[in-house]
Amino acid sequence: MSSILIQIIQALLLLLLAPLATGFVSTCKARLQNRRGAGLLQPWRNLRKLFVKEVVIASHASWLFRTAPYVVFTATAIAASVVPAMLVDTPLSLTADVIALVALLALARFFLALAGMDIGTAFGGMGASREMTFAALAEPAMLMSIFVLSLSAHSTNLTTMITHTIHTSFALHPSLAFAMVAMLMVAVAENGRIPVDNPTTHLELTMIHEAMILEYSGRHLALMEWASMIKLMLFATLIIDLFMPWGMAMQATPAALAIALGLWLLKLAGLLLALALAETALAKLRLFEVPEYLSGAFIIAFLGLLSYYMLEAGV
Amino acid sequence: MNGTLVQQLVDGLAALMLLTSFALLAQHRMISVLHWFAGQGLLLAVTAAIVAYGTGSDELYISAIMTLLLKGLLLPWLLWRVIRQLQVHREVEPLLNSSLTMLIALGVTLFSFHMIQPIEKISQLITRDSMAIATACVLLGMLMMITRRKAITQVIGFLAVENSLFFAAIGSTNGMPLVVEIGIAFDVLIAALIFGLFFFQIRTTFDSLEVEAMNAHLIHKDDDE
Repeated sequence: MSSILIQIIQALLLLLLAPLATGFVSTCKARLQNRRGAGLLQPWRNLRKLFVKEVVIASHASWLFRTAPYVVFTATAIAASVVPAMLVDTPLSLTADVIALVALLALARFFLALAGMDIGTAFGGMGASREMTFAALAEPAMLMSIFVLSLSAHSTNLTTMITHTIHTSFALHPSLAFAMVAMLMVAVAENGRIPVDNPTTHLELTMIHEAMILEYSGRHLALMEWASMIKLMLFATLIIDLFMPWGMAMQATPAALAIALGLWLLKLAGLLLALALAETALAKLRLFEVPEYLSGAFIIAFLGLLSYYMLEAGV
Repeated sequence: MNGTLVQQLVDGLAALMLLTSFALLAQHRMISVLHWFAGQGLLLAVTAAIVAYGTGSDELYISAIMTLLLKGLLLPWLLWRVIRQLQVHREVEPLLNSSLTMLIALGVTLFSFHMIQPIEKISQLITRDSMAIATACVLLGMLMMITRRKAITQVIGFLAVENSLFFAAIGSTNGMPLVVEIGIAFDVLIAALIFGLFFFQIRTTFDSLEVEAMNAHLIHKDDDE
């Protein structure tokens, strides 16, 4: 019973902290650029404002345009609630399969792209086509880097993988380093961050995510924005789960849970700070260089796979 | 330090070696190719030093220092000077497009892994795992030689092959006898110097460092005769 409660709290935490995480990144970026920044709560304020605003829909929008925000939000939220953040063995752990997770994200992306094309504006279609092109390259890279871990854990289930990582003694694993680098690169691309896409701009010829949701307003826009914030949180938590799960609670005791929560927040802050640093230091890539960036991620993940077989299997 | 930690370190360095070989293939700019080449040299020196520590052989320390000076510093500097004096085009010009080259590179790595697997089973050394990677790096260097248009990048490919052979030597036999190693080091140094001179000669004769241009020139000459 209590584990179901923890599962619900965990999922809610992920959903509610997501705007704060985005606020944290933009505050860090502002500080790095000698600005004061709008504060941690700014994304929440934006969402609240959007939720009370009126929805304006183009006259030739179909039902697809209206349902897409709900589908995107639900798929992302389900994906986020499945990923363990504090407790490893949750009631939903059987569904916490990495391939299912990627499929859920793909579903959200599919509807996002459809909604982008539905209105028939040039920007929407452009954004959708770019999103799908890059997704076709990012998804294999992400799966490949996860498979490196699955190979040693003999499972694609997140709970099994985390348990395996916690129980094996610490050693230098070149394959894991490769997988982690690839995963970080993919996470940056998937969340539309610099150097792939700029999350702060609304009018740029090379925008991807913003181009697709350009026609949305009011609560629809709020749901889309929130979904993308949750996605950032989801990827950060996934990276923590896969590559640095130390300190996660194996049993649902209050003390273990408190430690797990504290450590999770600490690791999350570290990752987001690294993202802010990377976004400040790097310049945006030219659009036609993004496929190269993503195939680079794929190759690094593949090298991880190869070096697992060459160096670690059977040792 | 115990054997497992040395082994893990060597494994990690082997993985980095594979990464540098891929990075050499993937670079677009001449200067970054040189940077990665210098990085590969440094990596080799570190590997030699760690294997020296693990096996307790003093000769390997000397070859580590030699590698550091020659492959980490001197050769990249020489090539950098040649590139600057010849005012070579800053972009590397590959024959195939880069994603195709990378796919071939992955295939080559798989192939060498498959080929080395039976050999690894008989070896007893702490460094046996790095054999497959060393072979892959040799093949990747060769791939770099055949997919580049410019003579300079081809020479860097050649030197990368030499680096990987050195790595294979450390990996499979804990390094060659010191005399042999000094000999090879000087050979490579002389080769690099001669290549440098050749670049200038090729440049003055053909007005270009492109290998295609040389072929075309020769064919043209044959027609004349």
